[in-house]
Amino acid sequence: MYEQNSAQSRSGGVTATGLGKRFGDLWALRNLNLHVAPGTVLGLLGHNGAGKTTAIRILTTLSQPTEGSATVAGFDVVGQATTVRERIGVASQQATVDGLMTARLNLVTIGRLHGMSKTAARQRGDELLEQLDLTDFATALVKTYSGGMRRRLDLAASLMGNPEVLFLDEPTTGLDPRSRGDLWQMLTDLVREGTTVILTTQYLEEADRMADDIIVLDHGQTVAHGTPEELKARIGDDRIDVKVASPSELAVAASALASFVNGESTLDEDLLLVTAPIKSGVRIIDVVRALDESGIEAVDIARREATLDDVFLTLTSPSRPHQEMPA
Amino acid sequence: MSTTPHSNTILTDATIFARRNLEHIRQVPEKLTNVTIQPLMFVLLFAYVFGGAIKVDGAGYKEYLIGGILIQTLAFGMMGPAMSIATDIQEGVIDRFRSLPSRRSAYLLGHYLAEMVGSLLTITILLGTGFIVGWRSHTGFLHVVQAMLLLLAFASAMIWLGLWLGILVRSPDAVMGIGFVIVFPVTFLSNAFVPIQSLPNILQWVASVNPVSVLIAAVRTLFGNPVAPVTKHTWPLDHPVAAAWIYSIALVALGWIIAQRRYRARTTD
Repeated sequence: MYEQNSAQSRSGGVTATGLGKRFGDLWALRNLNLHVAPGTVLGLLGHNGAGKTTAIRILTTLSQPTEGSATVAGFDVVGQATTVRERIGVASQQATVDGLMTARLNLVTIGRLHGMSKTAARQRGDELLEQLDLTDFATALVKTYSGGMRRRLDLAASLMGNPEVLFLDEPTTGLDPRSRGDLWQMLTDLVREGTTVILTTQYLEEADRMADDIIVLDHGQTVAHGTPEELKARIGDDRIDVKVASPSELAVAASALASFVNGESTLDEDLLLVTAPIKSGVRIIDVVRALDESGIEAVDIARREATLDDVFLTLTSPSRPHQEMPA
Repeated sequence: MSTTPHSNTILTDATIFARRNLEHIRQVPEKLTNVTIQPLMFVLLFAYVFGGAIKVDGAGYKEYLIGGILIQTLAFGMMGPAMSIATDIQEGVIDRFRSLPSRRSAYLLGHYLAEMVGSLLTITILLGTGFIVGWRSHTGFLHVVQAMLLLLAFASAMIWLGLWLGILVRSPDAVMGIGFVIVFPVTFLSNAFVPIQSLPNILQWVASVNPVSVLIAAVRTLFGNPVAPVTKHTWPLDHPVAAAWIYSIALVALGWIIAQRRYRARTTD
């Protein structure tokens, strides 16, 4: 049988120094520095086009860096690409499984290309199909799979080689809430066994939940780097959105909110919206009273969790110093 | 035992890739239509519908026909590999394989091996059908073996050129159009179905310098089938067997080099 590497034998961390990638005149990624300890999870957080996929493609040897260097599991991604490929698993955004083969044969093929025997590949494949709840569809052609099933099979494919380092590009996109929960659970187990994981996401909540460390990317640049706690401390707590009736009320509303918020309010004159990080423990009713006493006609008041947009607003706001922003 | 370092040879990896392509055919047998049913229909169509109207000196039309259809079908055989590799690229499957520790050339070699199985099938079906409608070889064993090897060499050339085409195009849909625009005129403007002497003068020149005519003349020669008289003398057409080997080997080398290069360029960013 194909035995799993024991946790102790794994040395699979990831490092990158000054990693950059230019397409024509555009730097898709610039000066990325990271250090992921073995058995930990790094989240790359950013919008579409922020450079997340470019970073993953370089680290998985699919793309050559324009500048800088990186190692995966201790091996250089350019000079020792084949050795790196033996030690990684990749689930890309596009589920790269073969529609004209059965799920089982997809996995056996990948296992065989990893150098496993037919029986070992078959056994490992069936294990993964079981874990990902695909056993009932093992002999179905993958083209008949739903989007979520394809993603799960793609994940199974990335785990066939029993990787030391697992790369997941927006792994939960297209998954229903239950599959998402299963995936998180599975990742937690893998990390406990010593697997290093780098995942990308557009959702702050997901990065917060999964990652030990988060790098926020924007237009190829690293705009923040830290643990979820550090980031959240900088980003602040929940947000409160107050919609007013006219532009002249924006400033008044902001000053009425001042005693309830941490940091600064942002005013949106188009949407007539005041957004501010709200201190924990503040009661909405007190906010409504304060607004009322200032003579503000609040059209709507909502309290919500901070989103990626708020992260960027906070981190890239010119009034706030942030050390990671490159010159 | 822990994870052993990657120990597959290129050939092992290529065989794994080839199995994958053959599995595609098992799942979607219609993919084989253009290398099985279609040439078979061509044989029947030309043998019984057009054949009566085409005069070939020396022997019956069916003896003449098979060499032409063999080469034409193998030439159209470039579309299959082009389609499969273009589909792999479009679906992103190629990225998955590239992130695995298999060797870069194994992937293309796998496509080639699988397509060669298809070409063998094509040749078998065509010769079998030919035999049924009355085609015969009139030469000895060694000539027949040489004819088979020449057919396989030409098939190899077309497969490598097809792989190159598949990597070149932007989508699988484009393959059909481009393939037809190139292969159709090139194979018909030859001695494949009619003797060159029956063509208008200018087309006689075109057909005489067309390497397809040379390949077909070589196959006919090796099987001892009628080769229509040469009207425009060129060295290749006067020495069809030698020239056919030169063409085939040169095309294999060319196709192999440009396919590998294109693949490298397409998968490097």
